[in-house]
Amino acid sequence: MKEIYRFTCIVCPLGCSIEVEVEDGKVLEVRGHTCPRGEEWAVQEVISPKRVVMTVIPVENGALPTVSVKTAEPIPKEKIPELMRFLAEIKIKAPVNIGDVVAEWDGVKIVATRGA
Amino acid sequence: MMKPFPEVPMLSYDVVVIGGGPAGMASAIKAKELGLKVLLLDENDYLGGILPQCIHPGFGIHYFREELTGPEFAARLAKRLVELGVEYRTSARVLEIRNYSDLEKFVLFTSPSGIYGVWAKAVIYAAGARERHAFEIGIVGDRVSGIYTAGEAQTLMDIYGVLPGKEIVIVGSGDVGLIMARRFALEGAKVKAVIELMPYPGGLARNVMILRDFNIPLYLSHKVVEVRGKGRVERVKVVRVDENLKEIPGSEFWIEADTLVISAGLVPAVKKLKKIGVEIDPATAGPVVNDRLETSVPGIFVAGNSLVINDLVDYVAEQGELAAEGAKEFIENGGIESRKWIKVETGENVRLVVPHYLSGERDVHLYLRVSKPMEDVELRIPEIGKRLKLPVVKPAEMIRLKLKAEEIRNAEKLTVEVVRP
Ligand SMILES: Cc1cc2nc3c(=O)[nH]c(=O)nc-3n(C[C@H](O)[C@H](O)[C@H](O)COP(=O)(O)OP(=O)(O)OC[C@H]3O[C@@H](n4cnc5c(N)ncnc54)[C@H](O)[C@@H]3O)c2cc1C
Ligand code: SF4
Repeated sequence: MKEIYRFTCIVCPLGCSIEVEVEDGKVLEVRGHTCPRGEEWAVQEVISPKRVVMTVIPVENGALPTVSVKTAEPIPKEKIPELMRFLAEIKIKAPVNIGDVVAEWDGVKIVATRGA
Repeated sequence: MMKPFPEVPMLSYDVVVIGGGPAGMASAIKAKELGLKVLLLDENDYLGGILPQCIHPGFGIHYFREELTGPEFAARLAKRLVELGVEYRTSARVLEIRNYSDLEKFVLFTSPSGIYGVWAKAVIYAAGARERHAFEIGIVGDRVSGIYTAGEAQTLMDIYGVLPGKEIVIVGSGDVGLIMARRFALEGAKVKAVIELMPYPGGLARNVMILRDFNIPLYLSHKVVEVRGKGRVERVKVVRVDENLKEIPGSEFWIEADTLVISAGLVPAVKKLKKIGVEIDPATAGPVVNDRLETSVPGIFVAGNSLVINDLVDYVAEQGELAAEGAKEFIENGGIESRKWIKVETGENVRLVVPHYLSGERDVHLYLRVSKPMEDVELRIPEIGKRLKLPVVKPAEMIRLKLKAEEIRNAEKLTVEVVRP
């Protein structure tokens, strides 16, 4: 079955409207992009979308009650709920510095973005 | 020099920066680099303004050429500030600004160690914006808990680690509303709807995508009109609006939710400036400024969200630096002089533009927003024959346009318009 995905490219501020035609998980055609970066992104968006995930985790004895963290790299979108369940269990102790790896999940580093 | 408050200890600086968000930090850093004696004041107990609570990536692509989260962006500026030895005080709330004469400004602030007065030759005002509340957008109903502004919900969740509710309705599809929708959904709350008054989403494309990621329904051309509940929010009433934003009778429906988050826009926080007679532009709700970001009161400069609501922190930091350059020039020359001031006016489909007056003696960035979304348009300034093709324009995306001194020097006035070619 043919499917058409439409979205606004977010790679640069031009925001081209891109259409991707897909059949049985295979990309047939990409339309509407004005540069190769947009095309690459759109294909990735359809085949296996990835996101950087952020949350906060509790910290003991910190200046603020939590530190914010992010995944060091984008992870497959469908794995987000699993990652969030893992992160919900973590607690850490101050001091934490920006850039510290506070945990690792499935080979992905979880990095502090705020110190405590 | 007179002593306005005889019992209050007095400090003295070249320039006082009010607000320690990105605008204020960038100003203070620049001022120090330019050799000024500068004091930065912020009422929070940490620097960074709203950035420490904006934990998503999307900051600094222009300014640091790298995509950072809010706290990381703030930490970079804070590090530079400390390295340079900029004097700053947190938990220092400015109560009042007084303008005695061009080079005699007075700032009164409270802090844990008491009240202080500061004399300064110039003031850079970078106190950010305030959020619109439920009553300002006409929501009526029971007095219940569970109604938050987006900023309040964000502080609760991303500073204190407390989820504000389980079933959430968000009013407003601007970036703030969308980013909050993602955070709630990630943390396991159910975002039942995002309600947007306009017929198009208010946020940047990259943020609108969030709704698809989490299957969150977006109701365009709808508004929340009523909240009901006993003690806590239980349901909210939504109604559809027509093209004139008038409610359509009979289109009402209820959504059950325990939390209503209002993300209905920001307004520059300029009360203290109004008190000293600073002229306000009704379009931006911020001060009228010249190309050094000086307000109508000489020696009072403004930057960041106190000047105009920005969607990109990069521009905020850039404005902060410019205001500091302005303060330096003001202090050195005893004022900012220009042969003439070229007035910048809004034309077709341009809702707002800053700065308002240009000297024509320096290059300048205009920051503007359109009134409605359009495609394949041209940004034009007929007086100087400037034309720039833009494939898409949206009210959510501020347009930044660089003009060279030579281009504008001979103009008397500039009209900025966005039109179909
Ligand atoms: C939810 C959200 C998401 C955003 N996402 C992005 C993004 O992805 N990318 C991006 O580039 N930008 C983003 N922005 C925009 C950006 O964060 C803002 O434009 C920027 O923070 C504005 O900086 P500011 O310094 O003008 O104001 P603020 O950061 O608001 O700082 C103002 C400071 O002034 C202090 N202050 C106020 N009054 C007083 C007083 N009387 N005395 C002393 N201190 C005072 C306050 O405590 C505060 O610290 C986002 C904004 C929001 C709200
Ligand atoms: S397709 Fe290319 S030009 Fe168009 S928005 Fe994407 S990155 Fe920008």
